[in-house]
Amino acid sequence: MKRNNGKAWLYLLPALLFLIVFMVYPLIDVFIYSFEEGFNFASQTYFGTGLYNFSYVLHDPYFLQAVQNTFLLVIITVPVSTGLALLISVGLSSIKPLRELYQTVYFLPYVTNTLAVGLVFMILFQKTEYTDGLVNLVIELFGGNAVDFIDGPYWAKMFVLCFYTIWVVMPFKILVLTSALASVNQDYYKAARVDGTPKLRVFTRITLPMISPMIFYLVITGFIGAFKAYSDAVALFGTDLNAAGMNTIVGYVYDMLYGDSGGYPSYASAAAILLFAIVLTVTCINLLVSRKKVAI
Amino acid sequence: MEQQLDFEKMQRKTNRRGHVQKIVVYLFLSVWALIVLFPFYWMILTSVKSYGSYNAEHVPSFFTLSPTLQNYVDAFTTVPLLGYLLNTLIFTIGTTAIMIVVSTLAAYAFARLEFRGKNLLFTLFLSLMMIPSELVVITNFVTVTNLDMRNTFAGLILPSVTSVFYIYLLKENFEQVPDELYRAAKVDGTSDLKYLWKVMIPICRPTIVTVIILKIIECWNSYVWPRLITDDPSYYLVSNGIQEIRENGFGRENIPAMMAAVVVISVPLIILFLVFRRKIMAGVSRGGLKG
Amino acid sequence: MKIVLEHLTKKFPGRGKKNPGDVTAVNDFTCEIPDGELVGLLGPSGCGKSTTLNMICGLETPTDGKILFGDEDVTKLSPELRGVGMVFQNYALYPHLNVRQNIQFPLENLRGKDRLPKAEMEKRVSETAHLVQIEDLMDRKPRELSGGQQQRVAIARALVKFPRVLLLDEPLSNLDARLRLQTREEIRKIQKKTGITTVFVTHDQDEAMSICDRIAVMQNGVLMQQGRPQEVYDDPSSLFVAKFLGTPPINVFQGTVRGGKLFIGNQAVLPVPGIKDREVWAAIRPEGFVLQADGPLACHLERVEVMGRDVSVISSHNACTSQTLRSIISAESRAEIDMSSAEVRFSLKPGKVFLFEKETENRLRFERS
Repeated sequence: MKRNNGKAWLYLLPALLFLIVFMVYPLIDVFIYSFEEGFNFASQTYFGTGLYNFSYVLHDPYFLQAVQNTFLLVIITVPVSTGLALLISVGLSSIKPLRELYQTVYFLPYVTNTLAVGLVFMILFQKTEYTDGLVNLVIELFGGNAVDFIDGPYWAKMFVLCFYTIWVVMPFKILVLTSALASVNQDYYKAARVDGTPKLRVFTRITLPMISPMIFYLVITGFIGAFKAYSDAVALFGTDLNAAGMNTIVGYVYDMLYGDSGGYPSYASAAAILLFAIVLTVTCINLLVSRKKVAI
Repeated sequence: MEQQLDFEKMQRKTNRRGHVQKIVVYLFLSVWALIVLFPFYWMILTSVKSYGSYNAEHVPSFFTLSPTLQNYVDAFTTVPLLGYLLNTLIFTIGTTAIMIVVSTLAAYAFARLEFRGKNLLFTLFLSLMMIPSELVVITNFVTVTNLDMRNTFAGLILPSVTSVFYIYLLKENFEQVPDELYRAAKVDGTSDLKYLWKVMIPICRPTIVTVIILKIIECWNSYVWPRLITDDPSYYLVSNGIQEIRENGFGRENIPAMMAAVVVISVPLIILFLVFRRKIMAGVSRGGLKG
Repeated sequence: MKIVLEHLTKKFPGRGKKNPGDVTAVNDFTCEIPDGELVGLLGPSGCGKSTTLNMICGLETPTDGKILFGDEDVTKLSPELRGVGMVFQNYALYPHLNVRQNIQFPLENLRGKDRLPKAEMEKRVSETAHLVQIEDLMDRKPRELSGGQQQRVAIARALVKFPRVLLLDEPLSNLDARLRLQTREEIRKIQKKTGITTVFVTHDQDEAMSICDRIAVMQNGVLMQQGRPQEVYDDPSSLFVAKFLGTPPINVFQGTVRGGKLFIGNQAVLPVPGIKDREVWAAIRPEGFVLQADGPLACHLERVEVMGRDVSVISSHNACTSQTLRSIISAESRAEIDMSSAEVRFSLKPGKVFLFEKETENRLRFERS
């Protein structure tokens, strides 16, 4: 086919412009920012270059709090949500009537506004002077003591955050796993039935290895997604996450950039790069493990 | 004969276990369905309770006998909810429209046109997919601020347009259109643009619709960028609006009105989802956004 | 283990609004498979042969009828309780397990009193592997094997638990032509060696004819005919069976019986004593033609194909239902064909000519001298 260089570039031009201005240039720029010390946003000047920004961020208690929160969130939500999604998907694929209805219902959180539904979770979990909130009433019903999950102790707040995060990420995981399960050739199951394989063994020895690539895909994307958690926390605890002690790394970046404590793009850049480094490392470890574990 | 009886007993046992398992599975699935649906129920229920009755309930009731729409009236009158909705609508339509035009052109170039450096450029494109938005948002914020585009729709829309993934998805789909059609069109003297418009797009309409719907969902729910770029409430989108309502709107106590606003914000997407259910689910499983 | 199928029927509920009625996949199938024989279930695709196999296996429950293994009624038993081994069309080897683990898989499922000690398991696995000759492939993954090797692993996996019945679903369809010939011999040998009653589903009549002790021909869910391959070939009970068996396929003519003679066109080609005057289908096997200068059947000569051992004469005739008819004669008689002439004349071997009723397509038997 004849080459039509000029025309091709013309078709690509808009996309290239957008990508260069809003992705490639910023990507380079963020590294430059992170090394410019004492960058002043108003005058666009800086004192010198070096690693001070990183050192500042790493010694900032708010950042350390954010790192702790983020890691806790990741460690709790990724395994729980993946495991739960696996159970639900296996359940879903074992039934016929009502399956579509369940699937539709399970997908709903995906299309809802995180911020908006977060408010509902807030009122469900919050304890105010008017009411203890529905969740606390249930706890009291079983003889427990009411806890304010939104303004109370750290573990309670962390619990709500994890719960809500899991609620939000489940649709995607269930969807991916159900389609992975559906794509396993039915003959394997028939062969296993003829051999009288117990259900649990079918699951551990056949189903799991067959869909293991998809599970690892979910774990990897789950890690990346959870490390970037932010709007779920805002939805539950409001914009001032530092005050609530529930900030995440991404939240820290945005707070540094803008808002009441903002105006420090250099610190923000340094924090963003640190986050990127963490995510990259974890992803690489994940990939290495999965290369060893994934059977097919 | 004895062996026969033995088998029958085993068979009955297996059948019974099958029934029990079915029940357990349905129970388990229903519990999760309840967890998913309950917040929606609670949000609708609360939104039709009157302010007085809501606050009088120390133990919230699971239904109301005197539903009121007053909260919805409040949501539209006390806070500029309509303004938020309009802003979001403009933002969503603007972003999606520009995105689909830009992406279609680029995908067409990658799928159908030959040019030097195509493979290298496409590889670079793909590698951009791995760049987290958090890294580039900082400079974009500075850029838009310096260009004096904060609190404008241009500032909101332009940086949200780019999405490498959709270009990739469209390109894959375009490549499935057989070469013969292109050659035939060329023989008939059809221009590339006309071919794209008259042949490619109609054939690939399902994918294009999927991409549009996914982008609409993404736009409607976007929070971070609008939050950074707008501090004038008259430019707030729904996500920021709801946050604003929560912090300064009805006062912290008027939860029914807040819930009415939440319902109003959630309904458009839920309707969109129910209409395009299959398309959305198929599109998301091909490469999800939230992950 | 003798297998008896009594009035076996399987109906599937209709799908969607377009065809709400039930679909009958298998209809009133009655058949007895003697102990230790290799039986081929034969028919075009969609004729219900796989459904029949699945019912014997226990993967499908019959809507009606009974399945007996020996004297034991297994109709309602689930597959694992029946003691069957099954080889699937695409083998269904677990891709993440190696050959040894694949073969051992069914043994590991045995529980309670059936449970085998590890050493016994390994012994059984290696014995079975030896039987199908895959001992040197034991540590490979299925994707590292050729189609024929995968096939043998699948058979080993089915045999390792000493099934009472071995079931094979289109076992050769995924292999290329050469391997198919070789593998079918292999299956035959293994079956003879183990003596397990084996049911084998195929749409390829050649395959079934060559290795089966007995074949059962199905059409639209109905058993058309069963018996030893040669018997069925020599004595088809319906036009369908006659057409389905044999390569090259049988030649079918529109014919008339008048005064105890079969007429094709205007010529009386064969005496058929005992048949009343009527319209018939006359089906003639390719090897039923004899070149004869003054033979009664005159055909328009198209061409001659030499196939080494014998020669096929391609000709055409107005009364033939297909465009050309094919007759096979020995290579020596080739000299008798006058290539310059447009005509070739045959006489017919009575034993290779079958008559069928025009409407029902059922066999009309005449006395052969």
